[in-house]
Amino acid sequence: MDKWRAAGFIYRRLLKHSSILNHPRSPNFNRSSTSGFAYNYCTELENLAGYCKQQIGYRNYATSAERNPKFSSVNSEDISHFKSILGEKYVIEDEDKLDDANTDWMRKYKGSSKLMLQPRTTEEVSQILKYCNSRHIAVVPQGGNTGLVGGSIPIFDEVIINTSLMHKIVSFDKVSGVLVCEAGCVLENLISFLDNEGFIMPLDLGAKGSCQIGGNVSTNAGGLRLVRYGSLHGNVLGLEAVLADGTVLDMLGTLRKDNTGYDLKHLFIGSEGSLGLITKISILTPPKLSSVNLAFLACSDYSSCQKLLLEAKRKLGEILSAYEFLDVQSLDLVLKHLEGARNPLPPPMHNFYILIETTGSDESSDKEKLEAFLLRSLESGLISDGVLAQDIQQASSFWHIREGVPEALMKAGGVYKYDLSLPVEKMYDLVEEMRTRLGSAANVVGYGHLGDGNLHLNISIPQYDNTILAQIEPFVYEWTSKHHGSISAEHGLGHMKADKIHYSKSPETVQLMASIKKLMDPHGILNPYKVLPPSLTS
Amino acid sequence: MKIMVAIKRVVDYAVKIRVKSDKTGVETNNVKMSMNPFCEIALEEALKIKESGFASEVVSVSMGPTQCVDTLRTSLAMGADRAIHVDTKEMLYPLSVAKLLKALVDVEKPGLLILGKQAIDDDCNQTGQMVAGLLNWPQGTFASKVVLDKEKHVATVDREVDGGIETVSIDLPAVLTTDLRLNQPRYATLPNIMKAKSKVIKKFTPQDLNVEIRSDLEVVEVTEPPKRKAGVLVSSVDELIDKLKNEARVI
Repeated sequence: MDKWRAAGFIYRRLLKHSSILNHPRSPNFNRSSTSGFAYNYCTELENLAGYCKQQIGYRNYATSAERNPKFSSVNSEDISHFKSILGEKYVIEDEDKLDDANTDWMRKYKGSSKLMLQPRTTEEVSQILKYCNSRHIAVVPQGGNTGLVGGSIPIFDEVIINTSLMHKIVSFDKVSGVLVCEAGCVLENLISFLDNEGFIMPLDLGAKGSCQIGGNVSTNAGGLRLVRYGSLHGNVLGLEAVLADGTVLDMLGTLRKDNTGYDLKHLFIGSEGSLGLITKISILTPPKLSSVNLAFLACSDYSSCQKLLLEAKRKLGEILSAYEFLDVQSLDLVLKHLEGARNPLPPPMHNFYILIETTGSDESSDKEKLEAFLLRSLESGLISDGVLAQDIQQASSFWHIREGVPEALMKAGGVYKYDLSLPVEKMYDLVEEMRTRLGSAANVVGYGHLGDGNLHLNISIPQYDNTILAQIEPFVYEWTSKHHGSISAEHGLGHMKADKIHYSKSPETVQLMASIKKLMDPHGILNPYKVLPPSLTS
Repeated sequence: MKIMVAIKRVVDYAVKIRVKSDKTGVETNNVKMSMNPFCEIALEEALKIKESGFASEVVSVSMGPTQCVDTLRTSLAMGADRAIHVDTKEMLYPLSVAKLLKALVDVEKPGLLILGKQAIDDDCNQTGQMVAGLLNWPQGTFASKVVLDKEKHVATVDREVDGGIETVSIDLPAVLTTDLRLNQPRYATLPNIMKAKSKVIKKFTPQDLNVEIRSDLEVVEVTEPPKRKAGVLVSSVDELIDKLKNEARVI
């Protein structure tokens, strides 16, 4: 699946540049030049971020937060101590580099850290944290910095501990499929490493070219494959983490079954670096299956989308690997703002679009099964129209539409993003209510992982505006809470929702979380102002 | 008028190719196979011509092992009216394919034969030219634009050549080969996939068509291109200049 989509980027670049790069008569479908195109794509994303920075400017949500006076400021003595641990080169004070590390991918948050450390080993991380803990210096762990909730950037002057240089693959067992690697491995690199071995990562997400596995695990990232392979709580078999006082916790098991005491690794999965810094991961990877099929379908109403999901689970059960949806407003944005995007379906437009992907081991029987299912659904009226990808390029261009929604939203202007878990049958009601509430002031779009009951509610506006925000929040959280949903399905709480946790968790639960935090990080130096309400942790 | 389109089943464009360990060719076991992208463009052009009312039928043709039928099914789902499969396990080189196509043209008598300019597996770029020669038909190769004149039975073809576009005018019947920018192929929609189920795929063997498959070519060895050397990071401009002068010897 990864390959299908990686190829899409390549293909678009190919079409765009073929007139310049290729001699008119030379084969334009040239396999050997693909890596170059993939590289271009990455730089384009960075340019895009730069573009948004100019257009929109920073909108720091940290208006209410105040720097905790308990924390020491970094002085020159501290810096020379860090240099003695890491060496000159890995203690970064360069303003340009810090500017990037201080700013999140969405360009919504900006910290003012004056120092970034780049450890290369667990031992170095341990020494850094031990020192910071003794000096009460606050730190923020940072991987690919692709988070969407302001969890990976400093809020004030926290020292950034960047894991990028811890990017070694420690071991891979071809029989069990267990991969052990360091936290700074970029997800896409792991995907291509495993591809050569005939395996895949159990998670895949749009940011794979930059995001790091350590960040994925500490935020319990979801993504496109969750419906098939489950969450990281199931796939991560073990990990190594460094506690606030520098203690190295070796829980790097590779066993599928291990019932000996409290399974503490789960505390680090999804706690967003607030309890410890993950340095190594052991993860179970499924074998790569050869037959992948993808359909892009249209439905006339939301209830058909739900019924189709139920049918797909029944009829495609063992081969269903993704069930994604987007509404017509999302598709419109993609077609308008994303270069090379084209509506796979002939006119007219439909209200909802669904992507169904199957992954199996038998090309002909899988395809037959999917075709039969789709044709039945077409006859019964659940689907209004649809196309079935005939090759990998077509599949990647369909995925490009679904994965391109966030990028299109960023190009369209400002965006308020909400990542919610809701009962599937209620999910779209929220989008419609929000639309009525905001009227013509904003473009409200809904898309996401329907198969997992995960809605991405996005509100696109020409520029950030507090009066609109006041209409959205706390309404969106209250609505979600009322329907027993979660205010963070897969993005985490970060700084954006640190004081919103009570919408999804009871006071007793939050209190226990605060006690655990206090126990594991008594001085609160690890990723402060995030995850839990500041009132409980300071 | 009838249009015949040649379709080749190849390793999917997006698949990373692996050379067989005995160097006799490329690994195709357990590898995703799809329609050659240039053939998709050829088929799209034929369908467009039919939709504009100039042609009454589009016939797709493929040659090779049984699995070619899957690729022909795709062509039917895209909109071809019927298909022909020349069933053979022999290795087919461009001249054999051109001879088989000529034999089929004699049977079907199309007014236009459209092919992709080349297949992405062997990159030969020969079949279209060869079949035009065998048929003694005019040819418009590397077409990036095709305009048909219904009255005069003439095709005006823009060709992508060195340094620009060459426009040629050719009498029908003719052979066209398609370049990348001619059109954007359509997707196979579910209603069309459903219709394709009842369309006919007719089978021939080379013997039926009186074509002897033999080759004047022998593949000696297939190898991967040499791996690119890793780059090095230089620490200063002076070091870079030194390397450019003394190692690369370019300045």
